[in-house]
Amino acid sequence: MTKQLLTLRVNGERHTVAAEPHHTLLEVLREELQLTGTKHGCELGECGACTVLVDGVPILSCLTLPVQLGDAAILTVEGLATGATLHPLQTAFADEGAAQCGYCTPGMLMAAKALLDANPRPTRDEIAHAIAGNLCRCTGYTAIYEAVEKASRA
Amino acid sequence: MPELSILGRRLPKVNSWAHLTGSAKYADDIILPRMLYGRLLRSTEAHARIKRLDVSRALAYPGVIAIVTGADMPEKMGIMPSTQDETALAVDKVRYVGEPVAAIAALDEDIAFDALSLIDVEYEPLEPILGIEEALTRDDVKIHDESKRGNVFKEVHLSFGDLDKAFAEADHVREDWFFFEGNTHAPIESHSCVANGEANGNVTLWTCTQVPHYLHRELEKVLGVPRARIRVIATPNGGAFGGKSDPFAHEFAACLLALRTKRPVKFTLDREEVFYAHRGRHPVKMRIKTGVKQDGEITGVHFQSWLDGGAYASYGIATTYYTGALLTVTYRVPAYKFDGVRVYTNKPPCGPKRGHGTTQPRYAFECQLDKIAEDLGLDPLEYRKRILQPANSRTVNDLRITTMGLGECLERVGEATGYSKKHGKLAPGKGIGLAGSAYISGAGLPIYWNEMPHSGATVKIDRGGGVTVYCGTAELGQGSDNMLASITAETLGVLPEDVHVVSGDTSLAPVDLGSYSSRVTFMAGNAVKDAASRLREQLVCVVAERLGVPAARVVTALGRVFDRDDPETGLTFVEAAVAAEARYGTLSAAGWYKPPPGIGGTFKGAGVGPTPAYSYQACVAEVRVDLETGVLTVDRMVTAHDCGRALNPVNVEGQIEGSMYMGYGEVIGEEQVFRGGLHKKPSLLDYKIPTSLDTPRLEAIIVESVDAEGPYGGKEAGEGPLNPAIPAIANAVYDAIGIRFDETPITPDKILDALAKKKVRVGPTGLDDDHDAKASLRRLNASTDARERKRDA
Repeated sequence: MTKQLLTLRVNGERHTVAAEPHHTLLEVLREELQLTGTKHGCELGECGACTVLVDGVPILSCLTLPVQLGDAAILTVEGLATGATLHPLQTAFADEGAAQCGYCTPGMLMAAKALLDANPRPTRDEIAHAIAGNLCRCTGYTAIYEAVEKASRA
Repeated sequence: MPELSILGRRLPKVNSWAHLTGSAKYADDIILPRMLYGRLLRSTEAHARIKRLDVSRALAYPGVIAIVTGADMPEKMGIMPSTQDETALAVDKVRYVGEPVAAIAALDEDIAFDALSLIDVEYEPLEPILGIEEALTRDDVKIHDESKRGNVFKEVHLSFGDLDKAFAEADHVREDWFFFEGNTHAPIESHSCVANGEANGNVTLWTCTQVPHYLHRELEKVLGVPRARIRVIATPNGGAFGGKSDPFAHEFAACLLALRTKRPVKFTLDREEVFYAHRGRHPVKMRIKTGVKQDGEITGVHFQSWLDGGAYASYGIATTYYTGALLTVTYRVPAYKFDGVRVYTNKPPCGPKRGHGTTQPRYAFECQLDKIAEDLGLDPLEYRKRILQPANSRTVNDLRITTMGLGECLERVGEATGYSKKHGKLAPGKGIGLAGSAYISGAGLPIYWNEMPHSGATVKIDRGGGVTVYCGTAELGQGSDNMLASITAETLGVLPEDVHVVSGDTSLAPVDLGSYSSRVTFMAGNAVKDAASRLREQLVCVVAERLGVPAARVVTALGRVFDRDDPETGLTFVEAAVAAEARYGTLSAAGWYKPPPGIGGTFKGAGVGPTPAYSYQACVAEVRVDLETGVLTVDRMVTAHDCGRALNPVNVEGQIEGSMYMGYGEVIGEEQVFRGGLHKKPSLLDYKIPTSLDTPRLEAIIVESVDAEGPYGGKEAGEGPLNPAIPAIANAVYDAIGIRFDETPITPDKILDALAKKKVRVGPTGLDDDHDAKASLRRLNASTDARERKRDA
């Protein structure tokens, strides 16, 4: 298939890339923009590792085609910090040991950010629901709950 | 021991920031100029001869650059040198659905994928062997020609003390059968590697592996390239749990394709392929016969295990021994006999998963102890506390025990949950269960016999006060890089973030045997402490001289080297480093660790089980069973773990919680199961790992025993805490509904069926439940006895 030019608004910057139209947002982010912070665990929508925010809403980038997005604001883990200042979720995840292998972490951070933006003081149950689509194989989720709660108090 | 400034504190891991900003470079994140993309063609047959393999049509497909097959790498390989029965890609025969047959390198992944269908393979199907008893008895079908009896891979028999006398003296003897279903690691990162072929014939492999050194050795053997020309770099693993500790087809294929094309070649397995790569938990049938006195004191144990190994050896010889080796280190067992058999079947190879080979027997033994306690009218917690193997002792199978915190672990989980007040007294459908367990802080012996250190480390200090530590360990998320930085920082008196860590690189770092068997904190920790201590001595000597005080008074902490009795007097770390370099020359030192002699026996098979220190743990689970739907809900799990000293409590708790989680998954439904030779659920949709909504409330309790030989007192934390989770839940289910689950997983359909049929037990009654159990056992005993008579003669 021939590549087509595509403009995406990622982390506040517009990027124009040439990509195969059937390639997913995940592939375009990782391979064309080299934003490899967004991970893939299954490419079938099962694990949540590829979660990014589109206009603030968590979506699975492995099931999304860039042409669907138009000029929507895409946020990846690389855009979570504000300049040199880390997002409270990032420092809380470090303090609480919420990232062990770190592979589910970018998607987990995105899901957690969407939650806190909509609900700044979530209960543990609400956190569990918000990250239910993000599989973590290391932590048993406890440290992630604690980190999100800590960030919500920041 | 002087007060610690870094260790024991709840500090963030030094490599957290890379994980949290997306800048950590996992293998699949590596993109190199001119890189080719690889795909593996996998077998569609469970057992077949390859009659014809023709790659010419695929090679002619536009964009395909190179293809390799088994014929290009016929050398036998495998992680254990004594049982190498694999080739990088199948040669002549395939032995499971999903076995790699050929590898393509193409300009992009789509081309590689499309070209797979152009490889012509003609198979001559053979009858597949899919179960344990079938494998034992079918002499007419051989998965590997080397099997002498049926499809037996390995048979081991060990006997300690007088078992006949032990059973004769017992007041009560129990015999129970158990089955532990196989399951898999399911790390979120699928296996991935990039190999780069250089113009001078060298090759560099970036790969998510737990064992860069062992892989290095196998690459040399299979590629025929000297190790000096191969560099293996273990990338951060996105979870491993034992599943990345074998050498894999894609790693060999990437290297050979890179050498042939002189270009970088990347392979990343898709999720389905990860289920075929497997090397996960063995399905194991077990029979335990235990004799006890009226008060519960164990007189003897006869343990038998039958392991379904899948198509290849992997770590199977060690797994087989591990099913029997560690049953003696928790409770006093004065007489012990162990018979283990591992068979080949036409399924993806099994190997080590967190708890390697000890998880299945621990489940069985702790469930049986629960039954014994009930038979004798004892409280299961008090009972276990009364029969503990003592600290600083030797077991009947000659294992040296040093620190032993199981008693405290049992007490702490008992207190935290009110176990003894609740057990047997909860409302119908609600239950509480308990189990204890143990694990090793690294295997006492390396995988290949040698007298060299198990772990080496180098530390250097630069003139600006920067410290770099080099060690061959692989970072899996368990926190090994942070451990290296923290021990170096503690020893030298700097902060962990002042320490640059170079790990898992065979060209830069001294050999560490790898991140498996929970060995890294103990062994690499001691090696790095040794290296850093040598440099500390130089700093201390030069500062003592400068201050005119005895060296014994000089302390290093938090960026200063100073007089303990007059803390204001001293040098900054940078000043001390400059003075030391001026005095001694470039500041660099190597350190190493090797387990001490005498930690195990000298009999054949004594190599598996010994470790410099055992970790101990206990778990209590509280459950509910819905009597209408059969749904088992685990409300709460509490695990106490004796980790020696918690070098970083956040990380230790993380390991305990993660282990509980993984054990919980194994008991409530994870299973690597097959329909014929086909994997039933090779996706994360069907192979369900617990989500946040499934996972119980998890509580971790750290118990410290401060091991005299551990680095600053530390022992393992990464694997042991998984083991008691499974029997604790099974025992809680019994407490809730009065049904013994002597097999895993415990699923709603099994619970409903058992309730409907008013069963008191679910589980095997013999080796093959379709046959008469007694006859099955007679046959097995006859064959094992014959073997033993032959051995003894």
